[in-house]
Amino acid sequence: MSAKHQHDAEQFLYRQADLLDSKKWQDWIDLFTPDGVYWMPADPAHKHWDGMPAIFAEDKNLMTVRMKRVLHPDAWSQRPLWGTNHVVSNVVVDKAAKNGDLVVRSRFHMLELRRDDVRHFAGQYTHHLKKTKAGYRVKLQRVDMTNAQAAYDYVLQVWV
Amino acid sequence: MLQERIADIAKFVEPDRVRKEVYTDPQIFDLEMARIHEKYWIYCGHESQVPKAGDYYTVQIGRQPMLLVRGEDGKVNVLYNRCPHRGNMICGDRHGNTGEFFRCSYHAWTFQHDGKVRSIPMMESGYAGTRFGKDNPDCSMKRAARVESYRGFVFASLAADGPTLKEFLGESKIAFDDMCDRAPAGEVEVVPNCFRVIQHSNWKIFLENQLDALHPSVVHQSTGRAAHEVEKDIAKKTGKAPLSYHMLSAFATVTIDKWDNFQTLNYPYGHCILTGYMGLRPKDPDTLAYEKVMHKAYGKQRTEEILGVNIHHVLIYPGLSVQSPLQQLRAVRPLGVDKTLTEIWHFRLKGAPEPIYRRSLAYYNLVNSPATLINADDLENFWKCHQGLASDGGDWVSFGRFHGRDIEKPGGMVETGPNMGTSEAPMRNQMKAWAQYMGNGR
Repeated sequence: MSAKHQHDAEQFLYRQADLLDSKKWQDWIDLFTPDGVYWMPADPAHKHWDGMPAIFAEDKNLMTVRMKRVLHPDAWSQRPLWGTNHVVSNVVVDKAAKNGDLVVRSRFHMLELRRDDVRHFAGQYTHHLKKTKAGYRVKLQRVDMTNAQAAYDYVLQVWV
Repeated sequence: MLQERIADIAKFVEPDRVRKEVYTDPQIFDLEMARIHEKYWIYCGHESQVPKAGDYYTVQIGRQPMLLVRGEDGKVNVLYNRCPHRGNMICGDRHGNTGEFFRCSYHAWTFQHDGKVRSIPMMESGYAGTRFGKDNPDCSMKRAARVESYRGFVFASLAADGPTLKEFLGESKIAFDDMCDRAPAGEVEVVPNCFRVIQHSNWKIFLENQLDALHPSVVHQSTGRAAHEVEKDIAKKTGKAPLSYHMLSAFATVTIDKWDNFQTLNYPYGHCILTGYMGLRPKDPDTLAYEKVMHKAYGKQRTEEILGVNIHHVLIYPGLSVQSPLQQLRAVRPLGVDKTLTEIWHFRLKGAPEPIYRRSLAYYNLVNSPATLINADDLENFWKCHQGLASDGGDWVSFGRFHGRDIEKPGGMVETGPNMGTSEAPMRNQMKAWAQYMGNGR
């Protein structure tokens, strides 16, 4: 693990979070590898995203469905004022392979405003990053949200 | 004051419309809890949620915090989650295993899994000569008046009298038959995960939406369109998109006029069945492999009967919505006049091949998880609905669509007429039952 790995990983995470907050959905999806998966397990004990109940378990096709839904003029729940602010921190590079692939853990805190209501979501990201010519791409992003186990006051409409 | 107004409860409900207070008045809500939820059969959970002795789940029945617990004798008990000593809640966790007995965290009274008091610290010295002691039933945890289960689905009634579970369910029991029969082993087991979502609206708004065939193509257009576009794109690239895309795209491809082809069957107590199918019997290799296993278990003829059951959704009043062909269940827990919790479960068909489980799991994740692509827009409407009803902009909620054209059958069943699937008959039926429940102020 080098200082460069640390710096590159941090920059990647900050930029990815920024795309969510600025609602650049397609650019966010493009950061995944062709077989990349965004996963928020239903239970922190779950080890694999496939075949388990999950809050999110989306490949790029499903991400595209979600994006297109949100952009549709009749996505009623998206009509009100809605926005998020992510802070990503505590970045730890757990593994750095010879080919440049990284496993990175970090902590996030997201504030969401919808209509007049503020909600907070926080937890841990685990990014499996693949080094490509175009930069890092996400093979798997695991999101262990601390408040994932609590009852949801309303629902999540976009990735956290 | 309340009693005076409630004496007139009949005036709140007319055959084709309902007073807004039915949804917004906290006093009516309290009366509903007493006369409906805390009296009739309420779903508590599935037996497979508590496989071992001491396993428990907390569950809300009306305003009562209850415990579903498996005893040493294998029996499932439903108890009030309350210590008879000073009223302390016994289990503070949502679920777990209590070991060989319950132990109150306040003064260490202990109880068997059936609620009977087991020990009281220093009982001999502390309670000699008092009315309290192990032989006084008031020193045990109170049990639900009645507990019955049907095909593994456990219900409790907090009233000693009333119809049996089977009498109460009537034809709506097909929800459980359809679900279990689709399993080659004839039963289902719970997938150990409960998605819980809170809605800021009256509980009846959720129930009325369940069999509202007019709303899907309006409310879920955005997801239907999006899924349809991606479905076509995948099909172009790989030949065939997974069935889960079809389940979502149907919200757009089944246009508003086509929903009249569906039919609702409406029963006493407010139960209702929506017939119609989401193309769940395609001829892909997974389905064919599943049918083979079914043939082996049931024979060809019975398999055809089972897989031919034409049900989209069953509503079991006042708090259960079951999608039997997809093995999903939503339990509705009213938390207040304008706040409702849904608990959403998925079940595995015992003996069915893995791809069949995964198919319904995809629906569970996409439609019923807290990141739902579907319910987000429903919940938005429920909230708006409740806000509007709380206003003085009008006094009535209209359920007039196709009113007067329902077909009444013997035994109190009401079905919608041909090509009238979007009839508001389910809402009329629910409110007719509601008025009867509320009028029976036993």
